[in-house]
Parts: sequence; structure tokens; C-alpha cells
Amino acid sequence: MAGLAASFGSGAMTNSINEISEAACIFAIGTNTTANHPIIGRQVTRAVQKGARLIVADPRRIPLCRLADIWLRLRPGTDIALINGIMRVIIEENLMDTAFIEERCEDYEAFEASIMEHDLAAAEKITGVSAQDIVRAARMYGSIAPATILYTLGITEHSHGTDNVRALANLALLTGNIGRPSTGVNPLRGQNNVQGACDMGALPNVYTGYQEVENEEVRIKFERAWNCKLSPSNGLKMTEMFDAAHEGRIKALYLKGEDPVVTDADTTFIEKAISHLELFIVQDIFLTETARLADVVLPAASFAEKDGTFTNTERRVQRIRKAIEPRGNSRPDWMIICDIARSMGVEGFDFDNTQEIFEEMRVLTPSYSGINYERIEKSGIQWPCPDNEHPGTPYLYSERFNTSSGRAKFAPVSYRPSAETTSHEYPFILITRRSAFHYHAVMTHKAEGFDELRKEERIEIHPTDAATLEIQDGEVIKVSSRRGSVKAKANITEVVPAGVVCMTFNFAETRTNILTNRALDPVAKTPEFKVCAVKIEREESAYITKDYIRWGTGKS
Amino acid sequence: MADEGATVLTAAQDAGIYIPALCHCPDVSSQGVCRLCLVRIEGRRRPEPACRTIIEEGMVVFTDDPEIERLRRVILELILSDHDFNCLLCPKSGQCRLQELVNRIGFDEHRFSRLEHTAKDLPIDTSNPFFDFNPNKCVQCTICVRTCHEIAGIDAIDMAYRSDNLRVSTFANKPLKDSVCVSCGECMERCPVGALIPKKFKHPTREVKTTCPYCGVGCGLYLGIRGNTIVRARGDDESPVNHGGLCVRGRFGYDFVNSPDRLSLPLMRAYDEYAQPSSVVEMNEEGRPITLPLVKREGKFVEITWDQAIRYVASSLAHYKGDEIAAISSARCTNEENYLFQKFTRVALETNNIDHCARL
Repeated sequence: MAGLAASFGSGAMTNSINEISEAACIFAIGTNTTANHPIIGRQVTRAVQKGARLIVADPRRIPLCRLADIWLRLRPGTDIALINGIMRVIIEENLMDTAFIEERCEDYEAFEASIMEHDLAAAEKITGVSAQDIVRAARMYGSIAPATILYTLGITEHSHGTDNVRALANLALLTGNIGRPSTGVNPLRGQNNVQGACDMGALPNVYTGYQEVENEEVRIKFERAWNCKLSPSNGLKMTEMFDAAHEGRIKALYLKGEDPVVTDADTTFIEKAISHLELFIVQDIFLTETARLADVVLPAASFAEKDGTFTNTERRVQRIRKAIEPRGNSRPDWMIICDIARSMGVEGFDFDNTQEIFEEMRVLTPSYSGINYERIEKSGIQWPCPDNEHPGTPYLYSERFNTSSGRAKFAPVSYRPSAETTSHEYPFILITRRSAFHYHAVMTHKAEGFDELRKEERIEIHPTDAATLEIQDGEVIKVSSRRGSVKAKANITEVVPAGVVCMTFNFAETRTNILTNRALDPVAKTPEFKVCAVKIEREESAYITKDYIRWGTGKS
Repeated sequence: MADEGATVLTAAQDAGIYIPALCHCPDVSSQGVCRLCLVRIEGRRRPEPACRTIIEEGMVVFTDDPEIERLRRVILELILSDHDFNCLLCPKSGQCRLQELVNRIGFDEHRFSRLEHTAKDLPIDTSNPFFDFNPNKCVQCTICVRTCHEIAGIDAIDMAYRSDNLRVSTFANKPLKDSVCVSCGECMERCPVGALIPKKFKHPTREVKTTCPYCGVGCGLYLGIRGNTIVRARGDDESPVNHGGLCVRGRFGYDFVNSPDRLSLPLMRAYDEYAQPSSVVEMNEEGRPITLPLVKREGKFVEITWDQAIRYVASSLAHYKGDEIAAISSARCTNEENYLFQKFTRVALETNNIDHCARL
């Protein structure tokens, strides 16, 4: 998000979901859309059925590749080299939108110079994608409009994630594919309300609607509204919090609805950091792996047991409604927070229902101020929505960008290798992903049927590598990184390229994130989930014993 | 006045005129498979399927006359002769399109009894964990095949074999679970008869409009409730996001709400002073405030009341202010809760150390 915010002024999907099926060209990079956002995957399928061109960039042979005109199988973590290569071709062949660049953008010259520094041969060498394919992709994206870019965590979960996003923003600006329907740079957000949580200011540097903490005017506004003194300095980002906890600077942590012990990178470190805390409060609907480490666990109500709103990936604010009574004695999060605040003697937490909270919030948030419960009773509204008559905004930046000058900024970015590269000892690259049938580690496992479809972790490994290591399909293998090791069954498949293995983090039994690297993106502080170096070993003893026992006891 | 380019069938439906149809589904293209919507059009020699005939200016259409009625009866009898109509035990009974057509069109019992009943005893595909496919009840309307191609974009199923053996099949006739099927259940939602049926089906007594809690797409849906349990979910046709579509998680993934593993009461780690379960109970009854600091003990949680929990959390949070404390919010909670939690962190805990998993 930081990358988009730097280029355009705000970090959110620039266009709407429905516009995807109307696009003439789709560039899907680092997104296994059909598995993780199936409904958007259908939009892509529909666009292709209607004749749109599809470019897929992914190291894995994801289901979208079947529909793609061009599949760019790049090496993991080399996205910037690929995108810069594409942009070089667009500039060389004069496919850029010069009028758009002059009218709506700034800092173009420095950017163009940086692109021209590296030629296609270099891009080919780094990415493993042939120069021919880069040229084809560039011509396709550069000449067919409207063209839209879709991306997810395959772009952001790198130690250079922010740069990846800025490179994509450059690409859209270069061809003028922004500020119109069916164009844009569209991050598809993974969690149901990750957009809303950001909008609501659950971030260390901004209040609601991305109003900066360090801006004195904004701070005074919130101090007046909340009738208190507020801290003028930015807080710690989540990944920094665990560092601080580890060093003893953070002594207490109040966590709700997250499971960092399973889903965060390098979980051994996270567990250790948590053990240094004096006070650890967890609020969740299940006793998650993280909650097991807590001093106090507060049972929260699920989405079906409370009222409220979610904001989806296309900035649409939608209602959720209480359908059933909370299970047992669990209670909605907002009631718990209000009770604790009142018990602490803090003013301003006397709410009877969620509508009152929303009303207080929208007065303080310009982009939400035209949205209220009555207006979103039937269907949601997309922010920015500044007043009660405003219909909402399906696509951003039609007139100006949210920067101080109103112009979008080109930013030269160059390829940096991932924080961890392969070595003699750790020769494989591990990519992590989500399964199409599971969602993180808890929800779907508690629902019947999903485990039948995918009941355990299967490590994807290329047949050539499997043959070299003499691994059989279904055999238990041990994957180790510099941080730890896990075991799981091998799945020999050509979905992954040689030299790359792939695991999900959907199974608490196989804690994939023990392996992943905490190397952080310098701006967004996102850990490098997508690339880490591992070695693969056979679990020979287990394999042989099983066979041997069968023979020995005659029970085969 | 009908829209230009509309078919005779949709134009008649919009005008409130009934034309029977089995293979028509408004969400997918028309194929004219079932031939039940045959109508007579003035000036044309043969009856034409209403679902495939585009309306024209001045067109005169007869939706019902003795000849059409005879044709429809014969077609319906032929479909019935190939159908396992054990309606009493069929979960679709009451909502079955074929049942409705039989009631509307009727059949000639004498002629029907002379037809050779070819209903085969084909194996039921129960491999999918969420729905079953019973080919004996299939009427070969191809709605599921069109849905899988046009709506889901998966192409897991198609029509296979010839003539009498014509049936819906996966590639190489494998069980659904071993095919490329993604279990989204769109076909099941649209099956007009009892061929594609959810495994655990209970009729909901009421429905609540809400938003899916899984990914960031935010599909609109209706939760079907019976008692205090979610028994089904269906996409909201009016939602501008998903137009009625859902994926496997959004359609079938709600058992977690009623999972027995859900937390019910606040839990607290058993501390040294209260290590004996009996003393914990004592504390519960007296409700005396818990003092800090206590030594953490490896081991069990004990259940405490909400009152105790709130007081404990409030009093222990009061010991930490500013840079010593941090809060992590959740991308799974509502906007209101996130707003409240960041306000709580900034106002009560006096720090900006608040974040959530956006960067993860």
C-alpha cells in the first residue's frame, strides 16, 4: 500500500471489480486469482471469454495460465527486472501515452533515464523470461487499452515489495492506464476487512481516512473530538512490535483476531518475542496457537453474531448483520472494548450500538462522511464519498491524484535481489501460498468438508528435482531453512519450476512460517514471505520402516 | 413493450405470460435443449423454442393451443420416462421444476404406462464433500454444464456419451472430487431437479442479508438460519460485487460459527497463587480483584466470568502507558471495531503503537 500511496496519493484498488470483465487487456502478476479471489477470477475468465488479452506473470503454473495469451514464468523475486524490461520496450517502441505523462505526471525524465540503464538482455538474465516474451508482453499491454493490472501478495510480500508496487504504478502511468474505467493498478486484498482496518486508522502512522498522526492540524482535530491528549509521534509497525517485545521495550500486548504464531514469518522468533511480554491479552473466537500463549483470552463473537460494516477491496462499505445469538458467552469485540475502556475510567466509549460508532467515525473521516447505515442498507457505497448526495467513487483519479501537486509521481526503482538467495547448502527457493480450499489456519478447518478436499500439507516439487533427490510422490520430506525445519508429504508436479518448492500456510500441524524470512521491506515493513532459501531432505527412516513393518508382520 | 433483442420466452415472462421451460436459466445462455417452451409463431411452418427465438416487430405468438399442448405432453412424458421420480424421498420435492411442469402440463397416464421406463440405476457420485450428484434424477437440461463454463469458468463437467446414455460427466468420468471441480456449488444452486443436492440440507426458517467474511472481495449473501444455526448461504443477486455468485468458502464455510471449539467464557492462565482449581473457583465466587504481579505458570487456563475478566484486563492495562504497550487490531473485525480499537489504543493506552496484518 505504501508504494501506491507514494505514486498516486492513496493506497487502495484504483478501480472496481465489475470493471475487470470489461478490460481489453489484463496483466495479472503475483496473484493466483482463481484460488484466492474466485469471484474476481470469474471476472478475469469472463473478460477472456469476451476476447480480452491476458498476461500472467507467476513462477507457478497457476490455473489462470490456461487462459493466458502470454505466461511469463519469472524467477521468484525478480518482478522489478521484468516490469522495467517491459517498460523499456514500451518506451523504445514509443507505445507510451505522452499526453497523459505531460498533463498528469511528474518526475518522468529521471525515470526514463533509469529505465534505459538496463537492457533487455539483463532482464532476461535476471528473470529467466526470454527477451522475446518480454517484448510480446510489452506490445500487448502497451497497445491495447483499457488495460488493468491485478496483483496481490506475490508482489508485496518481498523485502522489496514497495518497490515492486511502484514499478507497477510506473507501468500504468507510462501507458496512461489509470483514472478511466477498466484500467488502474489493483491490489486484491486478502482479508475481508483489511481495507476497512486501514481506512479506520488501525495503523501506527495515520488516523481514520489516512489522516497523518504527525500532522498537527489533524491531531488537534482528533484531540478535540476525543477530548484527550494524543501522542504526536508515529507508533511501531506490527513487525517492529515483535522486535521491541523481544528486546523488552514493549511489555504488554493486546491482540485481537490475529494468529501471528501461525501466519507471521519466522514464527519461532515471534513465539520467543511473545514469551518476553509481561502481559499478553488475546481476543479471538477460537483458542488459536497464539491465544494459547496469552495470559487472558477474551471470547469474541463471529461475523454472523454482530452488526457492523466491512469495506471490501474495491473500497465498498457494506453492512453485516446479526443473524444469530453469540455462541456461549462470547461477545462482540466492540462491546468488550467499550467495557474495558469504561472500567479504566476513560471517557468516550458509551455506545449502545454500532451505528453510533459509525456516526462518530464518519464525522472525523472525510472520505467516509457521506456514508451512513441508511444509505448502505441495500447495497454498499465506494469511498471517497464526501457528502450525503455523493454516489460514491467506482474509480479513482479521474481528475487529479491525491498528491500535493495533483500529479502522479514516477519513481525510478531498480532490481535488488531478495534478502535471502540460494546457496550451496540451501539450494531451493521456497514460495508460500494459500490453498484454494482453505483460508489461513483456522476457519475452514472448523468447517466440515474442507479438510476432505485438502487434508494436509503437500510440498510442491518439480519432477527433475524429485528425481535428483530420489523423492517419491507422497513421501514425507523435510524442508529446512536457516531458521528451522518442517516435514510434509511431497507432491511431485510441474506446477512449480525446477529449483523452486511451494508450500501453503493453511495447516497448523505444518507450520510453514517457521521457515520464512523476517527480512522486511524498508517502507511497508512487510516480511519476505514469498522467497526464502531452503534445503530438502528425505525422511528415509520413516519411509523404510513403514515398508519393512508391513513385510515383517504379514499384514500387508 | 418488450426490449429489443429479447427472446419470446423472456418477453412473455416479463409480460406475465407463462411458457413452460426446463432448461432455461436466466443467468446462463439459452440452448433450447428441453423443447418444452415450443410455441407456434404465425407465418412459420414449425413450432419454435421460445427461449431461442428473438422477438420481431408485429410477431404473433401462440403460447398454447391443442397442438402445442400435445407436443409438450409427449416431451414431458419422455423426460419422465428417464427420471427416477421418487419424489417423496427427494429433498428437492416442492421446489422441483419438473414437478411443477407435471402439475402444469399434466400427462396421459395410459400412454405413459406403455412407455419403456429407461431410468437406469447409475451410481451416485458422493465424492464431493458438499454436494452429491445423482445421475438418475438428471434431466440433461445442461444448466450445470453451462453454469460451469459461463459462470464459474472451470469447465469441470460436460455432456458425455450418446443417445440413451447421454449424461453429465467429468473428464474421463472421474468422481467430482478428483476432477478440476472447485466445489463452488454454482451448478447445485441452479439444478432444477434433485440431481445436484447439498449433502446436509435443512430448510432455513429465515434469511439474513450480510457480507461474506472470507476474502477481500466482500460478496453479498443471505445466511439461511434455522434456530440459532446457519444452515445455508446463498449469493445476493442484487449485490453489485458478486451478482449472486459465491465460491466454495463463501457457500459452504460456515460451520466454524457453530464449532464446538468456539471460546465461550474468558480464559485466564492459572497462576501460582491460584494454581489449585479449587482456589480458582473460590476466587470466582468471591469475585475479589486479582492483583498484579503474579507469576506465570505453565499449564492450564481457567474460565472466569466476564466481570472478572474486564476488571483484570482494565487494571493490568493501567500499569502500562505509552511506549511500553502495543495493540494489534484485526482485518477480520468490522470497521466500527477497528475504529474503536484504535481510539482505545490512542486515548486509553496513550500510544500510536497500533497495527494489523495489512502488511502480512
